[in-house]
Amino acid sequence: MIMLTIIGMAIVTAVPRFLPAFFMKESTFKPWVSRWLNAIPFAALGALIFPGIMTVINDRPFVGIVGGIVAAIIALTNINVIFAVIGSIVTVYLLTM
Amino acid sequence: MEHIDSIQPNDTLDRKLAIKQGIVSGFPIFLGYLPIAIAYGVLAKESGLSTLETTMMSVLVFAGAAQFMAAGMFAAGAMFFEIVIATFVLNFRHFIMSMSFMNVGKRFPLKWKFPLSLGLTDETFAVSSLNKDQAQYKNGTYFYLSLILIAYIGWIFGSLAGALLGDVLPQALSESMGIALYAMFIGLLVPSVKKEWRIGIIAIFSMMLNFILMELANLSQGWSIVLATIIGSFLGIFLLKEDDES
Repeated sequence: MIMLTIIGMAIVTAVPRFLPAFFMKESTFKPWVSRWLNAIPFAALGALIFPGIMTVINDRPFVGIVGGIVAAIIALTNINVIFAVIGSIVTVYLLTM
Repeated sequence: MEHIDSIQPNDTLDRKLAIKQGIVSGFPIFLGYLPIAIAYGVLAKESGLSTLETTMMSVLVFAGAAQFMAAGMFAAGAMFFEIVIATFVLNFRHFIMSMSFMNVGKRFPLKWKFPLSLGLTDETFAVSSLNKDQAQYKNGTYFYLSLILIAYIGWIFGSLAGALLGDVLPQALSESMGIALYAMFIGLLVPSVKKEWRIGIIAIFSMMLNFILMELANLSQGWSIVLATIIGSFLGIFLLKEDDES
């Protein structure tokens, strides 16, 4: 039964992922549609960051916020994203020691 | 994957280089996935799943948040339909992301679009979207494929490690590594905002919307992220220039 549930999960996850591969045809979209589609990554990033980042450490929302601010400051220097990741991990580690 | 049309000599992006760039771009995801996948593996085992079931869920579903939720629901004795419907709701955001990604890779043949779409997670989508240039080359498909595969390998490998070995990372370290994916999202967003401040408006609006929908309107996390993404990105119609490729 667990395996069957996992297969069910796989199907309802895969179908929304692949459907656009079939209906988004090569034809160019109207400019406003194109602008909308281009904005989706940034809106998604916003929604994925907040308020979720406050739950990194249970009941201590500011630890996540401070870690995020450190990541943002490192990212401002345009170095590889991996350094923002490492910097924020170290920050959270120090704050929860 | 040996197709005549992908080995024509007039390509401007070498296939090997595309694969190498994909691995470099996907590596931060690989690193961010490891501790989370290990945590998932541990939780799934504690929830009563076998090592095979724990790992197969990562192979077949490849969606972190949904897998954590499912493990928790299995432990609580939830049944097939509850778990499958909750998974659908939580993962529906990938439909919106896939539409956006298919617009980037609209020149790719369907035989590539289909497998690439199956590998779209929050993280692979975000990194792919910020590396649009590769989509202009025919061999760009190899860039996105290797980016997705290295993330996928990290996810599966981490889940298996968590299921087999238990919590291999020290508690304090694995807790601290919970910030990794958020930091990656921020690290991806900030350089774009630096180039075009209007992108920051879109992201902050979508953050606030998500907060309101989740905390005040008590919407589930799945629908909340979907709505915040759709409504937030509509701002782009008015704020972005048409050729805004940042």
